[in-house]
Amino acid sequence: MSKISAKKILFEPIFTNNPIALQIIGICSALAVTTSLQLSVVMAIAVCLVTAFSSFAIALIRTQIPTSIRIIVQMTIIASLVIVVDQVLKAYAYEVSKQLSVFVGLIITNCIVMGRAEAFAMQNGPIPSFLDGIGNGLGYGAVLVFVGTVRELLGAGKLFGVEILPLVNDGGWYVPNGLLLLPPSAFFIIGLMIWGLRTWKPSQVEAPDYKPAAHRVKEAF
Amino acid sequence: MSSFRKDSVFGTVVVALALCLVCSIIVASAAVLLKPTQLRNSELNVKENILRAANLISGQVAAEEIEQKFNLITPRIVDLETGEYVEPSVVGVNTAIQYDQFKAAKDPQLSKGLSSGEDLAGIKRRERYATVYTIEEDGKLDRVILPVRGYGLWSTLYGFIALQGDANTVIGLGFYQHAETPGLGGEVDNPNWKAQWPGKKIYDLEEGRAPEIHLVKGSVRQDDPNAQYQVDGLAGATLTSRGITNLLKYWMGTEGFQKYLERIRAGEANSNV
Repeated sequence: MSKISAKKILFEPIFTNNPIALQIIGICSALAVTTSLQLSVVMAIAVCLVTAFSSFAIALIRTQIPTSIRIIVQMTIIASLVIVVDQVLKAYAYEVSKQLSVFVGLIITNCIVMGRAEAFAMQNGPIPSFLDGIGNGLGYGAVLVFVGTVRELLGAGKLFGVEILPLVNDGGWYVPNGLLLLPPSAFFIIGLMIWGLRTWKPSQVEAPDYKPAAHRVKEAF
Repeated sequence: MSSFRKDSVFGTVVVALALCLVCSIIVASAAVLLKPTQLRNSELNVKENILRAANLISGQVAAEEIEQKFNLITPRIVDLETGEYVEPSVVGVNTAIQYDQFKAAKDPQLSKGLSSGEDLAGIKRRERYATVYTIEEDGKLDRVILPVRGYGLWSTLYGFIALQGDANTVIGLGFYQHAETPGLGGEVDNPNWKAQWPGKKIYDLEEGRAPEIHLVKGSVRQDDPNAQYQVDGLAGATLTSRGITNLLKYWMGTEGFQKYLERIRAGEANSNV
């Protein structure tokens, strides 16, 4: 396993093995927090740090973790880190933490964090695991920032709360698309994004589960 | 270490205990160390909301400015049944600012359940004591800020309404927490909509006691004799608009702050408390 280069570990999850676009995990929070770019960025940083440090800590003690309780050990480490992140946000970014509300706590249940702990950190050393965590966090963050940009720009005419497209309500010309601020729109955007990504990198397209039988017409006789 | 078998029962228990110990130390120290900053943040947040409703601040403001402006304000506790000020000790706190009205609304001792006929604002229980914020100038009441809340379409809207010293003319209405549809009901946060509120009247003091203020469908016709009691409804948000009308009727009515406001108008508010 030591043959994999650090660069590959760090950057592969962004496009080639993106946790959201290819593995289709971590969708729930991607719907909830992407109404504005600021929230997306803060959430991405939080997930990045939690994934990196939990993978690091788990890799550090991976030879000591009893097999029978390994999942709960991983959960405990992840949960502790998430609580620390939540507390720090409440202390230093109160406005943002109020808007993210329960979704910071829900990083615990984000499949990406747990998935990386189980799939990578349990078999690899602390440093590669740390990089793997950062990489997957960045992969998640890239999607969040993309979705957040589309939703905030077209839904509210703003980016980071700064007006880009002047709204009709405030005397401008842009009629905002309110649907984009509601959760379903994130499904459309993520779906379109996955379509785009797989057109660009056809190797990501999964083999079809089944093939419809060829259509044959049998004449009654 | 060679004799330590991690998969034995003993090994499992040791690892579990050690892990829990380390994690609890990390979590506990983060919580304890950051607590003072967090408390300051949430206090500051409440103060900012109050000041915004009273039109004392607008735009981005620094923490110091909020603290400094808030020094002008005196928090007081009002008994909604009588409309009189009461000592903070009545609700079991040392100073009025510590009283949590929303917690009291859940406490059967300090609140009452509302029947569906009474419950205009859709809040289910109403506390007996409410916190009001007054600003005095030269010993005379200049502004009074009242907390209001009520159900819109998706969520309870929490806000403050600020009135002038005549306890009738609106200075501002602002909601600091709600989950109405963005772009429709969510427009309660739009500064253009909020700008209509200053100068509106709550009661028609010649005609009866019931609050007259309400939102209308579409725009207010300026030649309407009742225009001073009317505010534009929110386009595409009939239920949110109705919710705001209802919560104002409730909190400005006899179940809400009406007795208190009448005392202010009569000059009977016992300001010695």
